[in-house]
Amino acid sequence: MKISFVLNNEPTTVDIADGTTPLLWVIRDTLNLKGTKFGCGKAACGACTLHIDGVAIRSCSYPASFVEGKTIVTIEGLGTAKNPHPVQQAWLEEIVPQCGYCQPGFMMATAALLHQNPKPTDEDIDQNITNVCRCATYYRMRKAIHRAAELTPEKEATSDTQNS
Amino acid sequence: MAKKNISRRKFLVRGGLGTAGVLAVGTYLFRNPLRRKILEQVDSGEARYLGGGMEPMLWFEITKVNKVILHSPKVEMGQGTFTGLAQMAADELEVGMNQISVVHAASMSGNMDKFATGGSNSISGLWQPLRELAATMREMLKLEAGKKSGFPVDEMTVANGEVNLGRTTMTYAEIAENVTDWEVPDAPGLKSLDAYKFVGKPIPRVDLNAKVFGEPIFGLDAQMPDMLYGAVVRPTKIGAKYVSANTSKADAMPGVVKVILEDDFVGVIADSFTAAERAKEAIEVTWEVSQSWQTSDIREMTKVGKGDAFVLQKEGEDLSTEDGLIQMEFTSPLGAHAQLEPNGVVAAVDGDSVTLKLSTQVVALTRKEVAKRLNIDEENVNVIPTFLGGGFGRRLHTPHAVQAAVMSKAVGKPVKYFFSRKEEFQHDLFRPPTHHQLKAKLTDDGHIAYLQHDFSSGDVAIDAAMVPGFLHTVLGTDVGAIRGGFCHYGAIPNLRTVSWHVELPFATSWWRSLGLLANTFAWESFMDELAVRAGKNPVAFRLAHIQDDEKGKRLKAVIQAAADKAGYQDQAVNGRAMGFAASTDAGTPCAQVAQVSIESNEIIVHKVTCAMDPGIAVNPDQVRAQCEGAITMGMSATLYEKMDVVDGELTPTIYGPYRMALMKHAPKEIDVVLLQGMDKPGAVGEPPLGPIGAAIANAVFRLTGNRLTDLPLTLV
Repeated sequence: MKISFVLNNEPTTVDIADGTTPLLWVIRDTLNLKGTKFGCGKAACGACTLHIDGVAIRSCSYPASFVEGKTIVTIEGLGTAKNPHPVQQAWLEEIVPQCGYCQPGFMMATAALLHQNPKPTDEDIDQNITNVCRCATYYRMRKAIHRAAELTPEKEATSDTQNS
Repeated sequence: MAKKNISRRKFLVRGGLGTAGVLAVGTYLFRNPLRRKILEQVDSGEARYLGGGMEPMLWFEITKVNKVILHSPKVEMGQGTFTGLAQMAADELEVGMNQISVVHAASMSGNMDKFATGGSNSISGLWQPLRELAATMREMLKLEAGKKSGFPVDEMTVANGEVNLGRTTMTYAEIAENVTDWEVPDAPGLKSLDAYKFVGKPIPRVDLNAKVFGEPIFGLDAQMPDMLYGAVVRPTKIGAKYVSANTSKADAMPGVVKVILEDDFVGVIADSFTAAERAKEAIEVTWEVSQSWQTSDIREMTKVGKGDAFVLQKEGEDLSTEDGLIQMEFTSPLGAHAQLEPNGVVAAVDGDSVTLKLSTQVVALTRKEVAKRLNIDEENVNVIPTFLGGGFGRRLHTPHAVQAAVMSKAVGKPVKYFFSRKEEFQHDLFRPPTHHQLKAKLTDDGHIAYLQHDFSSGDVAIDAAMVPGFLHTVLGTDVGAIRGGFCHYGAIPNLRTVSWHVELPFATSWWRSLGLLANTFAWESFMDELAVRAGKNPVAFRLAHIQDDEKGKRLKAVIQAAADKAGYQDQAVNGRAMGFAASTDAGTPCAQVAQVSIESNEIIVHKVTCAMDPGIAVNPDQVRAQCEGAITMGMSATLYEKMDVVDGELTPTIYGPYRMALMKHAPKEIDVVLLQGMDKPGAVGEPPLGPIGAAIANAVFRLTGNRLTDLPLTLV
């Protein structure tokens, strides 16, 4: 079946045999964007988090056919080394990653949180950032999330268009 | 110990298309026949080797655009080794951090670690040889620049990858161009520490950008042209043996290319991961299961007295039969690695050669096992390590590489194959459960007259790649399980430590810091109890039992530093209490203070203060990062983590039910104090996991009056 959507600002169409295939595998294997990670396949760890219409979604448990007509942003579309998203800038400043495998999922979850809540408290962070990091970089991630909130311009945080 | 110079004869040089490959041979072999001495070395983490063969090893390349590529024999799994190695090499080579990059050495480059990446010895083990290699290469470039320019070598200065020749400069790339016969000087002297621009500084990680912008650097991101996807059917029951399989349904499923029946596994190869997984589910396998195990069986097997005993330490008199002994028992459960990147591999068999890309801590073992199964020469197997999505000891065994190679051979195409999360949890090589018995006798004035620690554990290092199997026959015990089992209070006059080894019905292995977490939990909870019984402050009590030698001074210093920085007090204030604990692991002493409260019957860790002496911190920021991560990972194991065995199955099989520390649990403050009590780098990645368990438990004791003796800590 053919599925059309916008991926990282590019109109994209894929033709896949089985529409129930998790979106994660379409992103990773069909479209060859490897920044979105496989961790558990049961939406339990958050390594596969990306944005669908601005909301953080665990793509390992999201059927590909559901994405028809929607807008997807992955870590590759969040920002670049030349033009990093405030969350990525904060991650660089705090030197957060260790092994790094779970980090795209955390950054995508954080970007979505800041989109809804530009100045999250520690409690907001505790309740909304529920991904798993085995290197346990949580202490630096919390600092980076607060730093990203500082770096996010007011108008961008409240604007409807993310990643502009 | 004699200084281990890289000798001139061990240098070879290979030129290339605008690149100069510098090849060196390292032969630091582990030679020490005295078994007790060996055990002490294992416990002290002394670097035992660099490489191990006589084959040339590719270390450096200079590219046409004047960049240096360092081929690392150690893999990067988050511990920051690549960054530390780059700092050490850049300082001696006189290049900027933006002029050096680090890649994993493929096995065919020759620069393959014969054993493994692990044991917290990557930086300490390469500290001397890597700097000597880099300094030698710098001098080789100067000699060559002298030949090309006629400028006197002793008047040259070197900076930023350029040699200054008075009025002109030459870049390293220009110097290396067209050189076929390099002159190799004897290893030059190394710079003094204060001359270093990068070593000792908090340089950002060299892999930071790749990890923040989602670059495809991990094993599971690897691919090869025309690649197919494999899956292997695995049993859910412990000890299940494969009998037969009905594959008729799977054979006919869409996307399935081939189902293969080997003597020891059933595999399916398909055109996508999803198709392979679905076909795998449709294969009906008959397994033979001889026994239905339960957690209680495992606990019973692991009790002190059930396995083989080995006396590790024996000082003074045995007072274990005297009256008035204080006795306690502690346990720790089966733990999972739960690293986020599942084990996986891409393998391509092409005639008599194989290429593999994967996350592995044991490049040499992976190569050997694949070669053996396919009956080809090891030299024809190229293992290309990727960045690891977590190691923690889980990548010290890679049988999946063998299975992928067999599947690739069967279909004549590259095959990618990786574990499901359920398979990761059920087929982990677990942190073994442990049981500890401690006995002590106090004198009337509150000193320890006698102390005995008996601890029992499943396998940790038996048959592991890092420790040759024969060693266990020589040593009589498991050199991994004993980490942290030694008593580091050298002023106790009468002492026994005894390691008991048991065989469990499933595989257990290395889990970051090995026995350290459980052993220190037991030791330091007991020390806290003894301090209470003696009516002493826990910090003063510990200090009073430490000897005055070099090791003792460093341990005392971190204990004092942690207590001072935390403002340690042994009474709870406003519902919060501090718990204290210390350990020495792999030669690195570490002390921690956990500030804890109990809210809604949950143990909350608010702040951890950590003082550690790793010697020279090559990158103090990354040493701090390792402390922060180890503390939080150790806290996770202390409060939440355990695997159970129910009706022969290991459970749970997914994050969530396998409880782990999340953002909401992690300490909001972690304060790290670094001391430098020796003039070389020591172990960093594992030692800070030692004290945290007991530090938390000792704080809980001060809040509740109950001493919790079983991990994970559960309030009654």
